[in-house]
Amino acid sequence: MKEDTSTVNILDKVTKGEDSENEIKMKIARLLSQLDLHLLNHYLKHISLEISLNPTSVKNDIEMLKNFSGKGEQTVLESISYTSDYEFSNGCRAPPWRQIHGEICYVLVKPHDVETLCVTCSAEGVFLNGGKTDNEGEINYERKGEIYKDLVTFLKEKSAKFSENMSKQEKRFSDEKEKKEPTNEPPEKEEAAPVQKALTGSGKRTLEKNQINFGKSQMTKRLEPSLSWKATVRFKEYRSLLRDPQEEKHRRRPERSGPPVKPGRAQLVRKSNEKIEEIISESSSESEEGEEPLDRQEANADLPSEYWQIQKLVKYLKGGNQTATVIALCSMKDFNLAQETCQLAIRDVGGLEVLINLLDTDEVKCKIGSLKILKEISHNPQIRRNIVDLGGLPVMVNTLDSPHKSLKCLAAETIANVAKFRRARQAVRRYGGITKLVALLDCGKSSAEPAQSSLYDARDVEVARCGALALWSCSKSYTNKEAIRKAGGIPLLARLLKTSHENMLIPVVGTLQECASEENYRAAIKAERIIENLVKNLNSENEQLQEHCAMAIYQCAEDKETRDLVRLHGGLKRLASLLDNTDNKERLAAVTGAIWKCSISKENVTKFREYKAIETLVGLLTDQPEEVLVNVVGALGECCQDYENRVLVRKCGGIPPLVNLLVGVNQALLVNVTKAVGACAVEPESMMIIDRLDGVRLLWSLLKNPHPEVKASAAWALCPCIQNTKDAGEMVRSFVGGLELVVNLLKSDNKEVLASVCAAITNIANDQENLAVITDRGVVPLLSKLANTNNDKLRRHLAEAISRCCMWGRNRVAFGEYKAVAPLVHYLKSDDPNVHRATAQALYQLSEDADNCVTIHENGAVKLLLDMVGSTDQDLQEAAAGCISNIRRLALATEKARYT
Amino acid sequence: MNYGISDNPRHVGLELGYLRTLQCVEATLDMDQKTLKKLVESISNTVKNFKKSEVECLVRLFHSLVERANVRLNNLGLDRNAFGAILHSVFGMTDDMLMNRVFFVFDKDHNNRINVKECVKGLSVFLRGTFEEKLKFCFEVYYLNGDGYICREEIFDMLKNSLHQQSSEENDEGIKELVDITLKKMDYDNDGKISFADFEKAVREERLLLEVFGPCLPEAKNCIDFEALAFRHILNSSF
Repeated sequence: MKEDTSTVNILDKVTKGEDSENEIKMKIARLLSQLDLHLLNHYLKHISLEISLNPTSVKNDIEMLKNFSGKGEQTVLESISYTSDYEFSNGCRAPPWRQIHGEICYVLVKPHDVETLCVTCSAEGVFLNGGKTDNEGEINYERKGEIYKDLVTFLKEKSAKFSENMSKQEKRFSDEKEKKEPTNEPPEKEEAAPVQKALTGSGKRTLEKNQINFGKSQMTKRLEPSLSWKATVRFKEYRSLLRDPQEEKHRRRPERSGPPVKPGRAQLVRKSNEKIEEIISESSSESEEGEEPLDRQEANADLPSEYWQIQKLVKYLKGGNQTATVIALCSMKDFNLAQETCQLAIRDVGGLEVLINLLDTDEVKCKIGSLKILKEISHNPQIRRNIVDLGGLPVMVNTLDSPHKSLKCLAAETIANVAKFRRARQAVRRYGGITKLVALLDCGKSSAEPAQSSLYDARDVEVARCGALALWSCSKSYTNKEAIRKAGGIPLLARLLKTSHENMLIPVVGTLQECASEENYRAAIKAERIIENLVKNLNSENEQLQEHCAMAIYQCAEDKETRDLVRLHGGLKRLASLLDNTDNKERLAAVTGAIWKCSISKENVTKFREYKAIETLVGLLTDQPEEVLVNVVGALGECCQDYENRVLVRKCGGIPPLVNLLVGVNQALLVNVTKAVGACAVEPESMMIIDRLDGVRLLWSLLKNPHPEVKASAAWALCPCIQNTKDAGEMVRSFVGGLELVVNLLKSDNKEVLASVCAAITNIANDQENLAVITDRGVVPLLSKLANTNNDKLRRHLAEAISRCCMWGRNRVAFGEYKAVAPLVHYLKSDDPNVHRATAQALYQLSEDADNCVTIHENGAVKLLLDMVGSTDQDLQEAAAGCISNIRRLALATEKARYT
Repeated sequence: MNYGISDNPRHVGLELGYLRTLQCVEATLDMDQKTLKKLVESISNTVKNFKKSEVECLVRLFHSLVERANVRLNNLGLDRNAFGAILHSVFGMTDDMLMNRVFFVFDKDHNNRINVKECVKGLSVFLRGTFEEKLKFCFEVYYLNGDGYICREEIFDMLKNSLHQQSSEENDEGIKELVDITLKKMDYDNDGKISFADFEKAVREERLLLEVFGPCLPEAKNCIDFEALAFRHILNSSF
């Protein structure tokens, strides 16, 4: 239709001219345009004879595939359609100026297993084109892939599903083909064609457009070739190939960068890890960014004089030589760079770009001056982001290689400031910054040589300090922790820890503390004998250093050996004494955390009692922030495992504040509080206090807490409470709906909850009346259902609960009916002696029923039980023997019955 | 006053030539051993930054340089051009005006010749100068006219080439502002000129301001290279 409009255009132009010449011009124009069209058509006809594919065969192919397309697994394709509904008289659908290139039509194909493909069918063959461009549904005609001889071959290459289904239908397909071959045009087409031909040119256009738009909506994503059919591995390779240009993009527009997709098993863990981090770091800075527009508007309302002065200085940075630049930098440094107006002014007048560009020059003085400013203004979270967006990190990382120590220091310090959010940390790692920063730590080595002058020494220490500072910031990412470890950072940190430079120790310990959350770091920390030095530095006067040391001990003391090391190096006393100063809450939280973890070892608890730490801890139960409370209560929970400490806690008045904490909402705190209350409840005298304060009801209501850990901890705590209350049965019954709640918790899928609830049921079932109630609530089938488990803790408590529940009515028989007996027998093969005892007792109870006896015997329990009769555990002996005697008695009775 | 060495005979081969001179210090042993010893002794008494053997090296080096530069002039010392050429080729300085100023500071007796003592003394600041020595040296380079102050006009003069690509009018305006900025920063007693006290205070606060009006000290790298060449003799023999 292009020709027509162009002709009209020419004619329009011509008619505007003089009348006399008009006619001739018009004629010539008309002739020319006719000739044009004629030549074009002729040429088309000419080339259409030479081509291997012709419009008819292409059309047939497409119609054929259409017949086999649609929803469902058996079809070869999901859909196939032309991009244009208009068909030229020669059978082509491509616009004439593309027909010259031999192109026939464009097809949108959606196979089952890959993205929608936009395909060009041309005389040369079939190939993938550039897909739809964004504007007006135009097609990008560029060839993007190999040329295949026809559409079917093409699709077989692109889609595995297609070739699979195709081979199934191959025969049918070829039959169809043969049938269709004689009729040049499929019937469907003939219906459509006349309608279209009747339409005007513009009408056709809109229709064409609609069709294209329709196609567009189908293609939600950008067309992408996919090789997934070959092999998944290949596909991954392809993805990783794709990633590089993507990362390039991220570098330029880091705004959008997300965690790069890495194949591998660690991915999930890492991803979730970083995600959490993202949320933490982003959310904190995002709230700050939310305030930005407000601040800016205020700033714009009356721009401070600093703004203009800074603008002038930036002008000198841009247009001056080294001398002028240094003067401008020094002068800029005199502004109060801690003030946000100045920070933002530097950014807004384009100073950040210049400062970063200066780092790329060879002028050491300019670099130093620039970094001195960047170091200050990067305290601002917005500026940090701007620096990363402007590509400041790679140049800073490169500056770390400089031979100038002061330059290294400044670069590392600036990185330490900038790497406060995930994307920046990621960038530091990606540009090789971690290795370089770790290398900075090595500078301290020469300080061991006495020959070096003290000045030199001091500068090396400063380099190491700055390196540690940057690593500290970077170590908040999981992947960076790994990178630091791999770069050999741990031994270097360990060596720096032996020095006595306080301001260097803080970042060093900070990094260690951050990294100690990882298992293999803790192992390395043990191997490098770092604990000893942590304890030593705990004795420092610097509060921040104390805090980080305590924090590191808290992280590391998950392991018994470490806890012992802390004690052996005399750390416990220092920790206890640090409890006296409660003003610095961060430090207090770290210290109490360290005490908590250390008190997991019994020997340590004894020491703490010696240092009167228990009394102090009880004193900290009130008026403290939650993070302190969690640790204090955790520590008390551990300490109260000892009889003497339980008495001590009661005497110090620790129970009322503990019970008061049961109403909180903090999950970690509730877990610890329930544990501590449970530990105290072991003491009948303490139990009386708890009961008086209505602690049992509070514990019971925590069984409704959404967190499984809290539920389990509460259920464990209830056990001693029920044991040590006088009228426990009455008390339990007084909780309306309480028993039903407990029984229903047996439906949980958390093993710890199940084990704890079984234990609670064992205690509840001591009271006959309550046992009757829970039996009515269906405790027997629920317990029976749990019998098939490998978890020894659950096995033990389940067996105990079963044996206790056998005491009521026909529960013994019911357990047999619900098939709990056979799995129970297998518990005897467990390695845990506690499981043996509980199981033997349960089997003894169950063997009172004849049918159960048969089941027990059938499952080969007798031999196992016989071995257990020889155990040193009396209860086990007794139960095993009782069970065997029941089985034996049944056998004798049967024999007797047979002979009489 | 025109400090520029417009007729400076600098060409490509020059740098190489000087370096070669440095390399064949040993060759120039035609000096009287006794005079040499005496000279070294007397210089060593005033210049503490160098060891005696190092002074000897420098003296030899100086003589070979002088011989090379102006044989006709009776070994009086290095003139401005010869000295500028050394500063340029050995220490990588580029600014003619500043090199002239450095020459005047080296030339303590103001006879337009740098003799061997002046040279060694100057080099001691260049290579091994303490912070205070360098501070004093830089200040001397900058104040020049001898009144003990760096005045506004002098600053303007030194900074006039520090802006790129601007018309002369804009340039003057820009430089004036830059002078104001420096004075605001460094003129603590607000008398419109920078005294040594001002200068020292400013530099102590910010080391970058040591060469505030243009580079007049060699870069560390050049110093190391120079020392390695000049004292190569001693270094080798000590092993």
